[in-house]
Formats: sequence, structure tokens, C-alpha cells
Amino acid sequence: MNAMIIDSTMLLLFDATLACFSMGALGALITARSPALARVVGHIGALLGAIAALTFGLGGLAGGSMQMSIPDLLPIGGAVFAVDRLSAFFVVVIAVGAIPAALYAIGYTREYAGKHSLAGMGFAFNVFVTAMILVPLARNVLSFLALWELMSLASYFLVITEHEREETLRDGWVYFVMTHAGFAALLVGFLLLARATGTMSFTEWGVAAGKLDATSRNLIFILFALGFGSKAGIIPLHVWLPRAHPAAPSHVSALMSGVMIKLGVYGLLRVAFDWLGAGPLWWGATILIVGAISGVLGVLYALVDADLKRLLAYSSVENIGIIMLGLGAAMLFQTFNLPGLAALALVAALFHTFNHAAFKSLLFMGAGAVLHATHTRNMEELGGLIKRMPQSAVFFLVGSLAIAALPPFNGFISEWLTFQSLLLSFQISAPTVNLIFALGVAALALTSGLAAACFVRAFGITFLALPRSEPAALAREVAWTMRAAMALLALACVALGVAPFVILAPLEATVSDLIGGHADMHFDWNAVVANDGFGWVAPLWIALGLLAFLMAIPLALRLMGVNKRWRYYETWGCGRALQTARFEYTATAFANPFRRVFALLYRPVKELDIEFHPESRYFVHTIVYYNEGRSVFEDTLYRPLLRLIQALARAARGLQSGNVHSYLVYILVALVALLILTV
Amino acid sequence: MLTEILIELLQLLIVMFGSPLLVGVIRKAKARLQGRRGASVLQPYADIRKLFLKEVVVSENTSWIFRFTPYLLGTTMLLSALIVPALTTRAPLSFMGNIIALMYLLLLGTFFLALAGLDAGSAFGGMGSSREVAVAALAEPTVLIAIFGIALRAGTTSLDGIITRFAAEPLLMLNAGHLLAFFAFFIVALAENGRLPVDNPATHLELTMIHEAMILEYSGSLLALVEWAAAMKLFLFLTLLSNLFFPWGVALTNTPGALVTAFLALAVKLLLFAGAIALVETSVAKLRLFRVPELLAGSFTVALLAVVTAFFIK
Repeated sequence: MNAMIIDSTMLLLFDATLACFSMGALGALITARSPALARVVGHIGALLGAIAALTFGLGGLAGGSMQMSIPDLLPIGGAVFAVDRLSAFFVVVIAVGAIPAALYAIGYTREYAGKHSLAGMGFAFNVFVTAMILVPLARNVLSFLALWELMSLASYFLVITEHEREETLRDGWVYFVMTHAGFAALLVGFLLLARATGTMSFTEWGVAAGKLDATSRNLIFILFALGFGSKAGIIPLHVWLPRAHPAAPSHVSALMSGVMIKLGVYGLLRVAFDWLGAGPLWWGATILIVGAISGVLGVLYALVDADLKRLLAYSSVENIGIIMLGLGAAMLFQTFNLPGLAALALVAALFHTFNHAAFKSLLFMGAGAVLHATHTRNMEELGGLIKRMPQSAVFFLVGSLAIAALPPFNGFISEWLTFQSLLLSFQISAPTVNLIFALGVAALALTSGLAAACFVRAFGITFLALPRSEPAALAREVAWTMRAAMALLALACVALGVAPFVILAPLEATVSDLIGGHADMHFDWNAVVANDGFGWVAPLWIALGLLAFLMAIPLALRLMGVNKRWRYYETWGCGRALQTARFEYTATAFANPFRRVFALLYRPVKELDIEFHPESRYFVHTIVYYNEGRSVFEDTLYRPLLRLIQALARAARGLQSGNVHSYLVYILVALVALLILTV
Repeated sequence: MLTEILIELLQLLIVMFGSPLLVGVIRKAKARLQGRRGASVLQPYADIRKLFLKEVVVSENTSWIFRFTPYLLGTTMLLSALIVPALTTRAPLSFMGNIIALMYLLLLGTFFLALAGLDAGSAFGGMGSSREVAVAALAEPTVLIAIFGIALRAGTTSLDGIITRFAAEPLLMLNAGHLLAFFAFFIVALAENGRLPVDNPATHLELTMIHEAMILEYSGSLLALVEWAAAMKLFLFLTLLSNLFFPWGVALTNTPGALVTAFLALAVKLLLFAGAIALVETSVAKLRLFRVPELLAGSFTVALLAVVTAFFIK
């Protein structure tokens, strides 16, 4: 009886979600005449839909189930939706990203009024979030692919919102091509798997995949890895991320970076642990190594970028790398028959997925607030915003601390768990694998340190010291909807850092459903313990300890009678006459040590142009310093590929003679060939 | 219950009040090695006291982060003092975190200190912050791989567990990998605490500073807190080096006799390490800034070797 009540509630929530989003989408279109109304209606619809989705997801995590199939909506099996714990978890992740994004968008999109269609944006936003929520719930090939494509299209239109700028169109185009290249890989992979197992339904694949021979499994795995990997943004398939995410409006960037790329993670999880089952060693090892490389390279690219949003986009590549480290570790543990450790690694990866959704959305919203207030993303023109936008600054600081994996925030716990699962690899006794794990530990540590450096730079240059330009000096705090959205996420970051057991319990249940064994950890409100004592941490106590000492130290000093006199004065200038923003450290300068140490990766192109005063070489008129890092991947991987494709296209042009008769002959030949092949 | 609280308090007080003495001893040893008489070993106490009695001058460009950071630094150091087993492996609050959590707690302090360096809007502060986070970031892999090496042999990452295991089975430590891990950890300790050859704590030339440049703007009680926190960080790192790699003397039970022995053992070990640091600082010149990554990469390779030997030589 209880199960029936829950299940009917789940169905109700599912319908409610779809209804709210439809109302939001249609409402935005109907109120197209009034931009203010379209903005509010569209996004409130999305907000309500996301809240319903969150409830639905939480119900799914608690064990509720749902089945829905609409046979005539799509060919070959119709549209089939169902929920299990893993799908429910990802719905929760999406909802946690979408609720603040919708709230934020109400205030943020105000400045688009009159320039772009707010009705169109509202419509596309609702379609985008709906598609994202339905993807984890899809249970057959065509529903999945249709929704995947819908998600990509809706996000494409949102990315090119500011299409009056040429770079936006070009970046959107790169995104469009990359996402469809990934889609092509997915399509081939899905069709091969469907043909080999004889069914298009996901639920039957887990069992049937055992019949596949090794070559086809490997091929299918590679195709899925390419398809889902390109959506997730692993290196070298990441080139669209730093282009598309900065170009999009900030609430869309928050959703894309925080939530959409996680669906690539979802896909890989399904492939590795559900559809294809346990695979050979090289699957897990490849994912782990790819994760390590993405983590390090992602943060290295973020470190030298002066565009605040592109920095955050590269940082997403880094965090996907960390998630892949956990995922690869889990796959390797699975191969070596250590389900407890595999489950631990998966818990770490999934927890980091959730955390990243929270703090990356927060950071993008903060960057959006800065953009909204100063109209520039270039960190070299920002500064001093902590005094002009104090609350946004605090929220961005919380996001920075969380992403740098510092206690007492949520990023610390998920990275700690990832470290523990990687360190526990000593239970495997295969020297090559041990070495791979050791390098994974080193990569994760380097990533972590560099991420802290990156966000010291991002927060410090943007918000601290003096403003480096007029717009920064005139910035004002942003609308309450934007601040409320950021506050929600900041609260989540702190809450999960102090009380991670709240999310670890459903996560553990999810993972044990997937792997079939309990994770090698136990936790309660007090502490999180990995592997019965290999490592432990007590987040609540750390937070309390920090708070206690933070209050005790000033008190103790006052009791001891230290000098309480304060004086404000100028910064020490080593003898200079006045202080302007020109004396501050710049973002480029801050990254210089890294640029030099990792010059092999950045291949910087430096140009220095000094123009002297016409009368004397002792006086300098202007100095132009040009230092551009070139993207290794675009140069060595993509451009040659594009050149090859263009060469092939040029060769194929010979077929286009313009003569109708030759075209008819082509059709005849193709038809005959198809008939011969299939018969 | 009361004894447990007293023991934690004792450990805290030892770290708090022993750290300026440690700094004083290192300076005295350096002075002697350089042929000078040197200031008294109690001089750092006098310096801190003097700073607490002075007026605080704060730059107009700064924000609340500048004023908050010294308190946060003190907080993280004191919290770490509760976790690090200086005297005993049975400290009641040591369950708060294992060695990985400790490293991240210290990184929290570095993060805020780097922000404070940028806050005043001076080029020196920015330069110091930039270099400090670069050194910290490049030292992270070494630290964690060295920890991996230790944890492999001890079978746990909990500080108490490592010490207990090594104290019970000293032969576990008798291999090349352990020595390599010690060496790597020592280099990291020098790097993280701003000691030669990475950073000269006694330099007056701003362009050669890393840590000192970040704290140039601090004065009065804020500077006192920052300097004290730096001394505590050095104390904690040396305590870790002493007790993780030479666990003899650490109290395994909370009896008064064991604690007194632990205190004396710690004093001896720290004195020896202070001497070693003074020797290192007197013999080497400060590395050029862009040679420091090479040093750190070298120590990383050493640490990685420590881990690899653990896998291949069972």
C-alpha cells in the first residue's frame, strides 16, 4: 500500500514537472509582447517545474519508482521513462542547478529586454531544463537520443542569445558541431549495441550484454566514451567548453557547466556499470588517465585566462577530470573484484558531481553578477568589487573556497573521498595498475593545489584591492533574485561541507544498487570513515573547531590587553608619490610563475613592442605586450582534422556536376548497392 | 574525561608556546654557524609581545579579508595543533581528521593569506601571493605522494595509526622507500614554511621575498598573529617529521610518565631538526625563483620512488 501511494505520487510529480515547464514555455511565448512579463512567467514556470523535479528526484532516491511509456510518440518502441536511484540522483542534481538558475534568470535577463527576445529565451530555457531532466529518465534508445538532441538544440539557441557579437556565433557554431559529432558517436554506439543485443530497451541490456564478443564491446565502449566524453568535456574533446560557456548568458552557463556536462558522466556510468557490465582493464585505466590529464590541463588553462567566465569553463574541465578519476578507479576496482572499493570510488565521484553542480553554478552566477554590474568579463579591468558588491563577493568567495576543496566546504569532502579511494588501491596487487593509481593521486594533488591558486587569482584580482577601470569603480550590487539564488547555493555548499552524511546516505544506496555491494565506508553525523579506519574525517567537528577558535582568539587577545588602536593609512609604497590601480598586480602577472613552469604546454607567443619618445630613447611612449597562449589541442588535433575534412569535401565536389542525368545514375547505383547489401 | 581535555590543552599549549622558541633556536643556531653570537633564543617571544603592544595600521585599500586572515591563520594552526600527535597518539580530538585533512586545513590558511596579500593593492603583496600559491601548488603532489608512501607501509592514513604502527614494528621503517619519503617530506617542509633554499625568512629585499612579501602590509597585533601562525606551522611540520618518521618516545597511553617522556623526546627531536634546518640554511644559497619548481619536481620524483618501491619491494 505504501509503495502504491509513493508510486502514484511519483507519477503525479512527474506530470506536475512536465506541466510546470510546459506552462513556463508557453507562458513565455504568450506574453511575448511584454518582456518583463515574459521574463517572470517563463522563469517562474521553470522554477516551479524544477522544484517539482527535485521532489520527484528525492522520492526516487527514497525508493519510489515510476514507469511511463507513450508508444506512439516515437518510432521503434515509443517514449519510455522510468526512474531508478541513479536516474533520480541525476534529476536531483539537475533540479539543484535549475532552481537557482531560474531564480537568478529573473533578475539577470532584465538587461536583455529590448535587445533580444525574452520570450524566446524563456521558451528555450524551459525546453532545455525539461530535456535535461528527462534524459536520465529515458529508457530506450530513441527517447534518449531525441531528448539528448533536444537538450543540445535548446542550449545552442541559448548560447547564441547575444548573436550580435561575431565571436558568440563562432563559439556557438563550434559547440553545435562538437555536440553533433558526439551525437553521431552515440548514435552508432547505441545502434550497434541494440543490434547486438536485439533490443532497444535499456533495462534489458544489462543482462544481454554478456553475449557480446570482446571486439564489439570494446568498439561500443569507445564510441560511448567519445560521445559521452565530448558532452562531459574531457580532454581532448573539451574545445567547445571554453567557447560556449562564456558566450552564453550567465544563468545558462551555470546550467551548462554545472548540470549539462554531468549528463555525460551519467551516460558513462550507465555504460560502464549497467549496459556493458564489467570490462577489461584498459577501460578503467583509460578513464582514470583521461581524468588525470583533464584535471591537470583544465586547471592549467584556467590559471592563465583573464576572462572570468572562460576561466570557470576550464575549471569545469578540471572538475570533470576529478569525477573521471573516481569513475575510472571504480571501474578498475570492479575489474579486480573489489566491489566495496568500487562503490566507495563511485560515491566519491557522484558526490563530486553534485558538489560541482552546486559550486560551479554559484561561481558562474557570481561571474554573471560581476558582468551585470561592470559589463566586462576581463579580470584585468576589474578589482575592488568587494566594497561595491559585498554580498556577491561573499558568495563568490564561498564558491571559490568550495572549488578549492578547502574545509569546511563540500568540495573538501568529495575530494577527500576521492583521495581515499585512490589510496586504497594498494589492495590491488598488479604493479602497473598501482603505478597508474599513484600517478592519479599525484595528478589529483596537483589539480587541487593549482585550483586553489587559480581561485585565489580569480577572487583576488576581481574583488580585492582597487578597481582597475571606471566600470569597476561604478559597480553596484545586483538584484535580490540574483543574490537569493547565489545565497541558496552558498548555503548548500556550507551545509554539505558540515553535514555530508545527509547526501552520503542516499548516494550510498544509489551506488549499491548500481554495483551490487555496499561501499567500504561508514558515516554518521559525527564522522566519515573510509575502509574501517584507513582514513577518517569529522566535518562537523572541524567546522565547530574553526568557529570556536575564530571567536576565542579575539576574545583572548582582548583579555590579554593588546593594543586596540587602529589607524587607516595608504598602502606602503616604497617611496612612490601616489597609489593608483596601475600599481596593483595584474591577473596576467599573477599567473606568470605558472606560465613559465608549464611553458611547454602553453607555448606562449610573446610580443613586446616598445615605442620610444621621438626626442629621446630614455623616455618610453607606449609599451605593447602581447602574450597569447595557443591551445595545443586546437592546433595539433582539430585543425589538421578540419583540413582533412575540407580536402575530402573538395574532392567530393567533383561528384557535383550539376547534371541531372548523372544524379539519377547516382541514385540508381546507390539503390542497387543497398538492395545487394541487405538481400 | 578531564584528563583528555587536559591532554589536548597541553598539546595546544606546547605548540603555541613552543613555536617561538623553535624559531629562536633555529636563528641562534644559524647565527652560531655564521660566526655571530646571535640574539637570545627567547627573542621571538619578545618580538611577538612587542607587536601586540603596537598600534595596527591598516591600508585603506583593504577589505574585511585583510583583517580576518590573521585570525583565520591562528585558528587553522590551533585546530591543526589538536590533530597533530605532538605528545600522544591518544588525543581525544585527533579523530577530526587524518593527514590529508590536515594538509587541506593548512591550505585553507595559505589561501586566505594569499588573498590578504592581494588585498592591499600593492605590487609586492601580489607578487608574494603569486609566488606563494605557485610553491604551495607545486608542493602538493609531493606531500600527497609521500603520504601515500607512508600510508602504504603503515596501512592507514590516520596520524595516530601511523605512529602506533611504526612504533610497534620499527622494522617497517627500515627500507629505502621510507628514507625517500622522509627526504621528500623534508623538502616540502622547507618549501611550505618559507625556508632556504626556497625562501629566505630573513631577507629585506622585497623582490626576493615569497612569504614575507605577502605580509608586508601587516602591523601590530595582526602581524603578531601572522608571525606566530607561521612559527606554529613550522613547529607542526617538524613535529610531523619527527613523530611520523621517528616515532620513539611518543606516548601510546595517557599516563603521566609516558607524557613526560614524550615531551622530552619531542624536545630532543625538534632540537635536532632545528639544527638540521640551520645547517641547511647556512650551507645553501636561496634558489632563483624559477629553479624552485625544479627542486619540487625533484622531491616529487623522490616521493614517487618511495611509493614505487613499496609496490615492487614487498
